[in-house]
Amino acid sequence: MSKIVSITICCWLASSVHADEVSIAVAANFQQPMQQIARAFEQTSGHRVIISTGATGKLYAQIVNGAPFEVLLAADNETPERLEKEGLAEPGRRFTYAIGRLILWSAKPNGVDTKGEILRTGDFQHLAVANPKLAPYGRAAMETLQALGIANQFTDRSVTGESIAQTHQFIATGNADLGFVAMSQVYEQGKLVSGSAWLVPDNLHHPIRQDAVLLKKGNDRPAAKALLQYLRADAARKIISSYGYSW
Amino acid sequence: MLLGADDWSAIGLTFKLASLTTALLLLLGTPLAWWLSRSQHWFSKVIGAVVTLPLVLPPTVLGFYLLVALGSQGPLGQLTIALGWGLLPFSFSGLLLASMLYSLPFTIQPLQQAFQAIGNTPLEAAATLRASPLDTFFTVLLPLAKPGLITATVMTFAHTVGEFGVVLMIGGNIPGKTRVISVQLYDHVEALEYTQAHWLAGGMLLFSFTVLLGLQLLQKRGVAR
Repeated sequence: MSKIVSITICCWLASSVHADEVSIAVAANFQQPMQQIARAFEQTSGHRVIISTGATGKLYAQIVNGAPFEVLLAADNETPERLEKEGLAEPGRRFTYAIGRLILWSAKPNGVDTKGEILRTGDFQHLAVANPKLAPYGRAAMETLQALGIANQFTDRSVTGESIAQTHQFIATGNADLGFVAMSQVYEQGKLVSGSAWLVPDNLHHPIRQDAVLLKKGNDRPAAKALLQYLRADAARKIISSYGYSW
Repeated sequence: MLLGADDWSAIGLTFKLASLTTALLLLLGTPLAWWLSRSQHWFSKVIGAVVTLPLVLPPTVLGFYLLVALGSQGPLGQLTIALGWGLLPFSFSGLLLASMLYSLPFTIQPLQQAFQAIGNTPLEAAATLRASPLDTFFTVLLPLAKPGLITATVMTFAHTVGEFGVVLMIGGNIPGKTRVISVQLYDHVEALEYTQAHWLAGGMLLFSFTVLLGLQLLQKRGVAR
């Protein structure tokens, strides 16, 4: 018995010396790749990653109001820049970890044609879009509709998800026929997981540059810095591109 | 006043939703509460528990099941499509259905308690005077249950006004259709528009307090219990 206790204490001491925890705030679109990256990072470093997800605008509000995050992986580059200017993020450590792609997706096999013509025919009941005020993918979706000259056509038929995750949920449950989501949510290993989709050409909206930043609370945390470094390592980049992002 | 047109539209929608929910629940809830207060059958206990569920379940559970069940692959969704109603989520009717489920215990419980408190004596007395059951219901039972009716009305209305989790999950945040006060307030907070948020939040607080204070005063006068 005492042997087990001493072994346990030994292990606990050993792990507490090397292992650290890092709390990160992750934009909803990057949730799945981040979970995979976190697992790989935990295995190589021994650190533990605690992930909170949400719309970038919401995460920003939480950070401004004292949320205990050490790293932010945003869905845009403006939010991290703003945090830097406001003194809530470490200056000079911001970098683009992924460039996202917008996709028009339906859970049904023939819900969306490969050219997005359905947006012109309007043959659907509900179009799901993430809140453009809070979610960068929502803003990109609105820009796309504007570029196609049909921004005002669907105001009474578009439903707003509070984040790209809820938008996906609206479509996945079949309540919205189609909607704009992040490619990473419906792609895995370079393939569409289910339903049908139109990959929105990236000249129809501003590029969705997703920046990572070290927050003030992560400044003296080695695990936070190690994770940011790991995001740029080959192992992480391989995972990131498998979800359809470039960088 | 710092409330915009969006805010007023949300306020109007919320009160429309709460009024309709209350009216429909009183209509459907009164017979159900009556049956629950009288039935000795074991099955009435099961229904009683089901009716109380929304009181203890997180609204997200209700919202999630509604979203899945009412979706195009869900059993209720297929039913509403077959009936030609289309899909209910993201519509005012869908919100109305969700609100009725969500506020159900607030209608049933005060009514059921009121009916139980009345007991059988007044009804038997009415019967010996040859009052028909329908007559007894309207001239004896309902007047005696008035305190319970008032409490049920006020609580159902106020509780529906304060609904948030369910609406967030199945509403889709459409201005004028499903964007109620609580969701509008949430949007303001998320977008860091704290001034507008304060106006709405303060208004809600004042409204809820006034309603509850009014109910307390009525109860003290013995009109409601």
